[in-house]
Amino acid sequence: MEFETVIGLEVHVEISTRSKIFCACANNFHAPPNTNVCPVCLGMPGVLPVLNRAMVEASAAVGLALNCSIARWSKMDRKNYFYPDLAKNYQISQYDLPLCRDGYLDIEVGGAAKRIGIRRAHMEEDTARSTHTLGPGVSGVDFNRAGVPLLEIVTEPDIHSAEEAYAYLTALKQILMYLGVSDCNMEEGSLRAEPNISIRQKGSTELGVKTEVKNVASFSGVQKAIEFEVKRQAKILREGGQVQQETRGWDADRGVTLSQRLKESAHDYRYFPEPDLVPIVVDEAWERRIRESLPELPKARRERFKTVYALSEYDAGVLIADRATANYFEAAVKAGAAAKPAANWIMSELQALLIGAKQSIAACKIGPAQLAGLIGLIDSGTISGKIAKDVIAEMFTSGKDAKTIVEARGLVQISDVSEIETMVREVLAQHPGPVAEFRSGKAKAKGFLVGQVMKAMQGKGNPQVVNRILDEQLAKE
Amino acid sequence: MAQLTLKDVEYVAALAQLSLDEAAKARMLGDLGNILGYIEKLNEIDTTGVEPMMHVLDLANVYREDVVGPSLDRALALKNAPNTDGAYFLVPKILDAE
Amino acid sequence: MTAPLYAGTAREIRDRVRSGAVSAVAVAESVLGRIQAVDGAVGAYIDVWGDHALSMAAKVDRRVKNGEDPGPLAGVPVGLKDNLCTSYGTTTCASKILKGFESPYDATVVCRLRDAGAVFLGKLNMDEFAMGSSTENSSIQKTRNPWDLGRVPGGSSGGAAASVAAELATITIGSDTGGSIRQPAAFCGCLGMKPTYGRVSRYGLIAFASSLDQIGPFTKNAEDLAIAMNVVSGHDPLDATSAALPVPDYTTFLKNDLAGLTIGLPKEFYTDALGGPMRESIMRAVDVLKGLGAKVTEVSLPHTDYGIAVYYLIATAEASANLARFDGVRYGYRDPSATTVEEMYRGTKTGGFGPEVKRRIMLGTYALSSGYYDAYYLKAQKVRALIRRDFDEAFAQCDVIITPTTPTPAFKFGEKTDDPLQMYLSDIYTNSVNLAGVPGLSVPCGLIDGKLPAGMQIIGKPFSEDTLIRVAHAYEKARGFEMGKPAIK
Ligand SMILES: [Mg+2]
Ligand SMILES: [Zn+2]
Repeated sequence: MEFETVIGLEVHVEISTRSKIFCACANNFHAPPNTNVCPVCLGMPGVLPVLNRAMVEASAAVGLALNCSIARWSKMDRKNYFYPDLAKNYQISQYDLPLCRDGYLDIEVGGAAKRIGIRRAHMEEDTARSTHTLGPGVSGVDFNRAGVPLLEIVTEPDIHSAEEAYAYLTALKQILMYLGVSDCNMEEGSLRAEPNISIRQKGSTELGVKTEVKNVASFSGVQKAIEFEVKRQAKILREGGQVQQETRGWDADRGVTLSQRLKESAHDYRYFPEPDLVPIVVDEAWERRIRESLPELPKARRERFKTVYALSEYDAGVLIADRATANYFEAAVKAGAAAKPAANWIMSELQALLIGAKQSIAACKIGPAQLAGLIGLIDSGTISGKIAKDVIAEMFTSGKDAKTIVEARGLVQISDVSEIETMVREVLAQHPGPVAEFRSGKAKAKGFLVGQVMKAMQGKGNPQVVNRILDEQLAKE
Repeated sequence: MAQLTLKDVEYVAALAQLSLDEAAKARMLGDLGNILGYIEKLNEIDTTGVEPMMHVLDLANVYREDVVGPSLDRALALKNAPNTDGAYFLVPKILDAE
Repeated sequence: MTAPLYAGTAREIRDRVRSGAVSAVAVAESVLGRIQAVDGAVGAYIDVWGDHALSMAAKVDRRVKNGEDPGPLAGVPVGLKDNLCTSYGTTTCASKILKGFESPYDATVVCRLRDAGAVFLGKLNMDEFAMGSSTENSSIQKTRNPWDLGRVPGGSSGGAAASVAAELATITIGSDTGGSIRQPAAFCGCLGMKPTYGRVSRYGLIAFASSLDQIGPFTKNAEDLAIAMNVVSGHDPLDATSAALPVPDYTTFLKNDLAGLTIGLPKEFYTDALGGPMRESIMRAVDVLKGLGAKVTEVSLPHTDYGIAVYYLIATAEASANLARFDGVRYGYRDPSATTVEEMYRGTKTGGFGPEVKRRIMLGTYALSSGYYDAYYLKAQKVRALIRRDFDEAFAQCDVIITPTTPTPAFKFGEKTDDPLQMYLSDIYTNSVNLAGVPGLSVPCGLIDGKLPAGMQIIGKPFSEDTLIRVAHAYEKARGFEMGKPAIK
């Protein structure tokens, strides 16, 4: 039997507004437990929610970036279920009229383009967090996270492999980061992805029974969980069994999904319109204002990098992957660096230094104009590319300009012919063996001699001039 | 509308997290059945094409601006808690995960 | 004035306190003394705030002394229904599940009243979570009708109505979801206003049915009602359903004629079900209004008969969600024997809620549950739209609608407790006003058989509280009799 995999993804993203979705508490749940709480987010008797305008605007911005249509008229609803992390024992969410619907996101997998449909994106409130390490028989609940704004983004079942799911999540995260609406930190739960997975016989148009997987803490975890689930379901079907519709939890340590049995009544959410909140009406003018405030998105930026800076598909893709990196690149070019060397220095040396120091490009001591300065010194022949690697390392720790470092350390490249001739003669005199080898036809011996000259010049000799003069001297006699 | 059954009463009690003993269930079945019987009269009205009324007021787009205000002092937040360690609200151990 | 201070109206007390003729402390002492003497028989208060009242009064007196504006309710003794959150004392909704609950914040109306110079006397009895029509559903105590201690004061704001009638407070603040202000006001012979939905902030009112609840005052006369409405009305950024409309000065509508006013009498209210004596007292009141220059016309509210059914679906559905938060986690009662989360929920709710609250949670949960939403909740919201349309159409022909507030005067204890449906039907004239979101006011219009008060309900267009106050005031001045005071025996 050959199977086809069908996946839909539900992603919950915490939107980084300043205050919570329905109250003025700070949107920061890393504070000491129960310190960013008020009567509203604690679900005290008598309190009322008031919707944060910034949440509506951020959500609509995400919707527009995902090519959704924004509902002219939508509303909030109550989703009823009991759980200790849910202050009111109902979650204020959106049911039948989400703010955003019918969009898509284009991804690339193995070089092929693919369009993933976005069914809906809706606003809701996050729940509190519980801890189970306080002692035997008790759990502790911290309501700092209760009322943090969440956007739930749901795809169509258009994803057909774990790799596609990974690519979708990567592309989605890129857009969210470009919009600046979330820090998308999956380990800390500010982005949570829950795949629905089913398989069906290849060629069949009917959907198989799906399982929903929760508790996945990374994109690669999502990929692994899907791979596991597909194998598990295929085994069941091959053995003539039936897949149970259920929620399964991902156990990252064991690399398996485990059934989380819930009572039948747990899924009767009794949604109804939230009477404490009034309709959300996004008219054309408001939608236009939000659309106009959108930054350039990753796909458009990549195309522009290819045409304006003549970068390769690959280079453009690497640079735009992170908005800050792309901004850095453009600033360096603006400061006078040629595009290709700027791209190379950012993607190789600078990237390596940043990774080594676990730093973000935004916090980098080398500003884009400083990088442009370094590239200028190479261009003008003032320093060699090799010396430049030492210089950038020092720039990275000290934050000094390349020129200052080069001058202070006397690293200016020597191109003076007579100085180099003197040095070459000395080296040839000191190493008659290799000279003889070269003359007897061993071309390799020249490399050794170049190295000796450069060493004698502390690396500052202009490599082209050194090579030329060495050739001349060897040809003599 | 179908007649309310004891099974319905049990299902709804489970949804609402209420424990009803046999006598209470029987009483509830009678009371709710009575009231639902009275409510049947709504079926006399043809509501085809009538928009349900979600709000009596013609209000839309009421928002707060995204400004941080003061939170509660933690001692005050926890003051009424039946069980707390001074930092968390304590509940019996949560076993399953939603 | 030889009459005791507690017998004064809010306007009289306010004026005398402001002028320095009497101290707010003396007024507070007088009312606290009255409570001490009489409330044992009436049972209006769940909690009396003696020391707190005196210290609030002393503050008012200091403001007067310092020449500061002590506010429009300077020194006026005010009682609060126990579903209004107060940072002083407890707020319990007369429920075991909130026993000892100390709110960390004040309701918006509580802040406004305090800022206006009111002196709080304490918290008033009610049906548990405002669910009931007789205050018999209080888990704490019975409240008796001051006019006949063997009868109920009405409900759910029974304590608030009884205390104004028995002069245990000058103004009280209650809440009305389906008649919970107007019906007890009628039973106890005082005025009670349910404002337009959105006129008064609901922030800090412990929710029963969010789309129906409104806070409103009980007073001794129309002038005090105008003064109280001036204080409690207006937009609140903490309540997204509160209207951002200007509030008129209601005291400027205290005029003595009704020229140009058209009164509508809905034929569906004046059926055979309306008892003779009640019908007679309303018709006598209508005659008084005619004498003041009002025209009278018959109007129709065709869906009146469906109000109770719609009300009990919508109110209970909303309540089933609103009351879910009482779970023993953050406040209130928790079943001490619970060892699992499930046991905590079940034990807490089963042990903490009374039978009527459980019944309504069950009904509302059922109406929203899978497979029944369309047939019950959605259907009710559609009929609700028709009920509102009825009012809009009727108000195209008249300025106010006049009906009895209740079909009968106060009933005896236990008379309707065995049959929830009969209890629900006692709100038949008041429910649809909440469903339509329009304002309604009950004004005393005489004593049935010379013993029990009757109430006339004046219903207005949205945000026409000014007109209701105008009608009430003109009627009071022209009716030609005094209601008198209950003997309390
Ligand atoms: Mg969700
Ligand atoms: Zn808060």
